[in-house]
Amino acid sequence: MNKARTNPLNTAAMHGALILYTLIALFPVFVILINSFKTRKAIFREPLALPSADSFSMIGYQTVMKQGDFFLYFQNSMIVTVVSLTFILVFGAMAAFALSEYRFKGNMLMGLYLALGIMIPIRIGTVAILEMMVATGLVNSLMALILVYTAQGLPLAVFILSEFMRQVSDDLKNAGRIDGLSEYTIFFRLVLPLVRPAMATVAVFNMIPIWNDLWFPLILAPAEETKTLTLGSQVFIGQFVTDWNAVLSALSMAILPVLVLYVIFSRQLIRGITSGAVK
Amino acid sequence: MKALTLTNVNKSFGDVHVLKDINLEVEDGEFVVFVGPSGCGKSTLLRVIAGLEDVSSGEVSIGGEIVNATPPCRRGIAMVFQSYALYPHLNVRKNMSLALKQEKQSKQVIEERIAEATRMLNLEDYLERYPSELSGGQRQRVAIGRAIVRHPKLFLFDEPLSNLDAALRMNTRLEIANLHQQLKTSMVYVTHDQSEAMTLADKIVVLRAGRVEQVGSPMELYNNPVNQFVAGFLGSPAMNFMPASLISEGDTRTLGVRPEDLFQSDQGPLKASVQHVEHLGGDTNVIAKVKDHQITARLFGQHDIKPGAELSFGIADGKSFYFDKDGARLRG
Repeated sequence: MNKARTNPLNTAAMHGALILYTLIALFPVFVILINSFKTRKAIFREPLALPSADSFSMIGYQTVMKQGDFFLYFQNSMIVTVVSLTFILVFGAMAAFALSEYRFKGNMLMGLYLALGIMIPIRIGTVAILEMMVATGLVNSLMALILVYTAQGLPLAVFILSEFMRQVSDDLKNAGRIDGLSEYTIFFRLVLPLVRPAMATVAVFNMIPIWNDLWFPLILAPAEETKTLTLGSQVFIGQFVTDWNAVLSALSMAILPVLVLYVIFSRQLIRGITSGAVK
Repeated sequence: MKALTLTNVNKSFGDVHVLKDINLEVEDGEFVVFVGPSGCGKSTLLRVIAGLEDVSSGEVSIGGEIVNATPPCRRGIAMVFQSYALYPHLNVRKNMSLALKQEKQSKQVIEERIAEATRMLNLEDYLERYPSELSGGQRQRVAIGRAIVRHPKLFLFDEPLSNLDAALRMNTRLEIANLHQQLKTSMVYVTHDQSEAMTLADKIVVLRAGRVEQVGSPMELYNNPVNQFVAGFLGSPAMNFMPASLISEGDTRTLGVRPEDLFQSDQGPLKASVQHVEHLGGDTNVIAKVKDHQITARLFGQHDIKPGAELSFGIADGKSFYFDKDGARLRG
């Protein structure tokens, strides 16, 4: 047994450090949450105080509900994030499987080409993307955002997943082939469950930037009916006056869905592989 | 009818020529073992037979049918892998029934086949368990069961015992031998362990660097190897090789003698100093040096020999093998 792990002093120090980090990480979220329930004056007078009977106010939430179609924004963000993630995972995993499993001419080059996207920020191509979207009539549609985010997420997904898929036992796939499973069944039933932790990693890495992105919604889909949550919240931030109640309330509500998605994926991350197929 | 025929089979990966002109026949009901050092192409050959790799040229036929373009699942084969390769998300029963379901067999047939296989392998108590809940030996039995239920024309084993510990390996080896007795199906078995090959095979195929070196029954190969490689590969401890000049001045050939054909004799031509002695109870292995050449002598029974002793060894009559400098056997 490792001595360092059983020593109570070490354990205490370790937990102390972790707890401290948790507090630091949660602090901004906590401040946003408590202030979203306070009056404007109370926010500025005592930013760190909990809402009391005097300072409690739902005015922020009311403003958010009244002004702009908050639920529509919410729905737009949700659709864009979930559909983009699905595309990234499905297409990324399929490409990764092909690259790691089959020998064909240009396999190596194709892998490098796909990985190139990791190094080039997609925003450099914004003007070209906008021109393309205008030409295809996709401006102000959620499809435009979904396509861009899928393109943005695929390189890393292919890169990470193909590394993981190389580690899946060849014997297992071959056993499937001898038992008469199709390549699709092998992919979906044997390989995907074994790389689930990697899929969860890719999902988490892609989800948060997509949900929080302001750039592409602002450029490609600024219309009222396609606004995402992040873009929608911007109406409360003015050049001269900012409605802090509304901003904080909108932010509080925006945190929730990411939290839910994160919990779902991180459970997968932690669960790991039920091994036993292969020694 | 031949269970398996390979005709001029070649296989290359890019520029690497892995299998070179393999010709081989496996009779119905025969147990054939491919043996050779790692990297000799024996596993590739098995995968070619299974259809997991295509041949670059040549012909593979199973049960009289050319199967070059037939996918693995329709070749009438079943394969057992070194790493077991059980489906982790399925329990033992479903692991075994999957292939039959793919073949669209009736429920009744599936039940019967599973019952038969579990009885043969004593797996009745484990049918509902998942692979992660089984020990290594049990997993390998399930993997064998998964092969049996298909009633294949040909069994393929890819180093099935390599992941098991020594005691279990002996047991499973016996089980596989029994299985072959009961099923009387042709089996092709790949191993790098010559003792598995010697104990299981009706016919051994020795491979080296993608070529078949020799094919024959275990005793044929042991008593009559065609070259130095086969002579050195089969048998444990391995055959002793030394320059023939040690016993007759000016002889340029290589002399090969099996350890059990060396005997202690004061008039013997080999004067050796003992380096190490292995007391095995039934046998005593004496590792000694003749000039600069290490030899191993296997003496029957127990001998009280100490390291450092000076001994003389004789060679049993007619038990010397001679090889030329390229390793080819010289007869007469």
